[in-house]
Amino acid sequence: MTLQADPPSSPAIGADLERLDGALKVTGTAPYAYEQPVEDPVFLQVVQSTIARGRITAVDTAEAEALPGVLLVLTHENARRVASTDDLEFAVLQEPDVAYRGQVVGAVVAEDAETARQAAALVRLTYDEQPHRVILDATSTHPDSPDLYKPAAVNPSFETDTEQGDVEAGLAGAATWVDVRLSTAWLNNNPLEPHTTVARSHGGALTVHDSTQGVHTVKGTLATVLGLPGEQVRVLSPYVGGGFGSKGNPHPHEVVVCLAALALPGRWVKYAATRQQMFAFTGYRTPTVQRVRLGADADGHLVAVSHDAVSQTATVKEFAEQTAVVSRLMYGSPNIRTTHRLAVIDVPIPSWMRAPGECPGMFGLEVAMDELAVAAGLDPVELRVRNDPPVDPETGKPWGQRHLVECLREGAERFGWAGRDPRPRQRLVDGWWVGTGVASSVYPAMSMPGNEARITALDDGCLEVGIGAADIGTGAWTALSQIAADALGVGVERIRLRIGDSDLPNASVAGGSSGTSSWGAAIVGAAGAFRVQHGARPAPGASTTAGMLDVPGADDVAQYSFGAQFAEVRVHADTGEVRVPRLLGVFSVGRIVNPRTARSQFLGAMTMGMSMALHEQSVVDPRFGHVVNHDLAEYHITANADVVDLQAHWLDERDAHRNPMGTRGIGEIGIVGTAAAVVNAAHHATGVRVRDLPVTADKFL
Amino acid sequence: MEDTTTREAAWTRPPGGPHRQTVRLRVDGRDRTLEADTRTSLLDALRDGLGVMSPKKGCDHGQCGACTVLLDGSRSLACLSLAVAVDGSEVTTAAGLPTDGHLHPVQQAFLDADGLQCGYCTPGQVCSAIGVLAEAAAGHPSHVTADLDADVVLDAAEVSERMSGNLCRCGAYVGITEAVLRCASDAAASAASDPAAGGAR
Repeated sequence: MTLQADPPSSPAIGADLERLDGALKVTGTAPYAYEQPVEDPVFLQVVQSTIARGRITAVDTAEAEALPGVLLVLTHENARRVASTDDLEFAVLQEPDVAYRGQVVGAVVAEDAETARQAAALVRLTYDEQPHRVILDATSTHPDSPDLYKPAAVNPSFETDTEQGDVEAGLAGAATWVDVRLSTAWLNNNPLEPHTTVARSHGGALTVHDSTQGVHTVKGTLATVLGLPGEQVRVLSPYVGGGFGSKGNPHPHEVVVCLAALALPGRWVKYAATRQQMFAFTGYRTPTVQRVRLGADADGHLVAVSHDAVSQTATVKEFAEQTAVVSRLMYGSPNIRTTHRLAVIDVPIPSWMRAPGECPGMFGLEVAMDELAVAAGLDPVELRVRNDPPVDPETGKPWGQRHLVECLREGAERFGWAGRDPRPRQRLVDGWWVGTGVASSVYPAMSMPGNEARITALDDGCLEVGIGAADIGTGAWTALSQIAADALGVGVERIRLRIGDSDLPNASVAGGSSGTSSWGAAIVGAAGAFRVQHGARPAPGASTTAGMLDVPGADDVAQYSFGAQFAEVRVHADTGEVRVPRLLGVFSVGRIVNPRTARSQFLGAMTMGMSMALHEQSVVDPRFGHVVNHDLAEYHITANADVVDLQAHWLDERDAHRNPMGTRGIGEIGIVGTAAAVVNAAHHATGVRVRDLPVTADKFL
Repeated sequence: MEDTTTREAAWTRPPGGPHRQTVRLRVDGRDRTLEADTRTSLLDALRDGLGVMSPKKGCDHGQCGACTVLLDGSRSLACLSLAVAVDGSEVTTAAGLPTDGHLHPVQQAFLDADGLQCGYCTPGQVCSAIGVLAEAAAGHPSHVTADLDADVVLDAAEVSERMSGNLCRCGAYVGITEAVLRCASDAAASAASDPAAGGAR
């Protein structure tokens, strides 16, 4: 085997390569967590609380235990004590307290799934029920409202409030201003593959097949919570059926399954959440209530940007959605103010869902920008172009690559924006009001520290590249192989990638659109070290483990991806039915590793954005505290027939600031701004401004 | 109130405990037998009973389409059938579609058009697509078919409508529709070149 000099003459990066895991997936033979072959498994079903707040006062498991085939019934009365309660989400079955409806308060393990389910229904719990509050009050948008508190930081570690200049003075002197209150709905991630954990305790060690975006994260959590040495926990997750953030961190079921496995040593314990359970304890996007105030001078330059965001969090654990952070950097203004407040109520723990912060925040900002454009009589593309700041307004740092204007211009050209009549409610075609709208997209370029990869020369002349990364549908199996091929100077067919195993070198979570950049940089770093150590003709067995190299000056520039999305919306004049016949996005995201999988990422995120715009809303019953529409018949997501003409394009570019590949990350930006583009187009079509998602028919009637 | 309690007790405690019955199926060309709880769905019988993991469980309520298989040749949601009710049936999953190591043309089209991301809905999409092509060839109209008496021509609107029972949370619909359209046009081309093979109606 000979490694060619780097860089290769015809790079694998950029090649339109078919998905390497594609054949396994079109045949259904890629083994997801539940499908890993295990011997003689037993089945777990959880018991969930039927109150939203209170305390369990009595437990009766006699009937459940008497059912033939039942092996174990766990409640807080008999479950193993956890070693750490620092994170209360994982202190499962430790106390009799109930903090939200649907909380895991027990578990049953049986020889078959039907018996486990039947026995779970036979566990009798008596409660001391306390009054609860589960609805985020849409009127509490004032940062000083007594119902709200100011978190110490917002996800993950942004300042809670910022103020530059004097927003009130700016608004007072503005030629045009808008003051807009908006809301986004409670959204559930709903990956098609349910959250799944299959675990066995053997000789004191735990092996866990988990559906997760980060095997090392799960391993670390389980070791800490269960009090096991790290080397005693192995987590595997080579194929993941989507996650969108909800599998970015472990949730209570991982702990419960492992508690059961430790109580039944030697047996594989299998658990897959039901779709209904996924609305209760696997994370979700908090609803938000936002107030956005924008002021512009007579030329359309912003003289004030104020964004106040309220979201909810749980009593068990704080999660603070960073909704207003986008307004700190998106447009230039001498006066910018942002605040975040939380209502702590008796609900499940909110968590990450695709572009947490940016997604709901850009809905608020970009609808408000459209309202400002209308009020100022300016074209909405032109308003955004005029307010494109030369440096990052928040930090004063130069931009790495800020190509928002290019995205807007190219998008307008491709969409046919020129000559658009700005007046709303002017175009009635075959009984449908027709309109067009635009919104910007943004997402930070993130690289996670601590990634390492191991390169090993194999006997057959191939190179094994191992890193505990995850492919949740992003195309990591393919993209990382392409990156490795170029870094090692061999063809992609000579790369044997291994991912999704915590025995492999450490990898950060597949989140924050950081996976390809972070893991890829580690692979490039390891490949360089491998070449230095073993030369161009490595002997079989030669192996090197190394991490990413620092990129000098990376923190001296503001690194973001940008995009522009254009929507055509039709609203039926009689029924209010809303359709999106066209949606077009142009993105500036750095270098594209694989155009085929990248296009799918953009289109998929835009589809999910359209879904957020038109359909998605978890409806909570204030009496009982649960999501009423907790299945896929009633929690509507975009179906095939919703998608008509959907296009994603990108600028041909390479970002030298963050990693040797020139990438920035693409998984999330496509969902940012989509809902605003749809709302803005719906306003152009009908003259009705929908400020509360989703955009349903009733809002036009 | 009392009525509710009685009903609940009857539901959670079937008299005599679980009932089991022998179920015989032909799955992906192999004869299989299992002893199934009479409450077991075809999907659970395939996955938990026989280890046939190609059909996926996404909702267990017939709402997502991930469990779609070909049941005696027609697309069917495996989670909505009880195993005992389909005793003696022939089941084809996406794992049983390749022949001689070659992917089924519909599977290859999904790969070519990148009509997948995480892959979890994909085996169901593939089986559903095969069903769509057969239903269209047999002249079955859909909600968007304008002329109920004419031959069905699969355009994008027809494909999207007919594939809408299969949800994809990754949002691969553009590629899925493109894949099915390619197969439809290939089928039309081969029917045109070989008149004997066409003419389902």
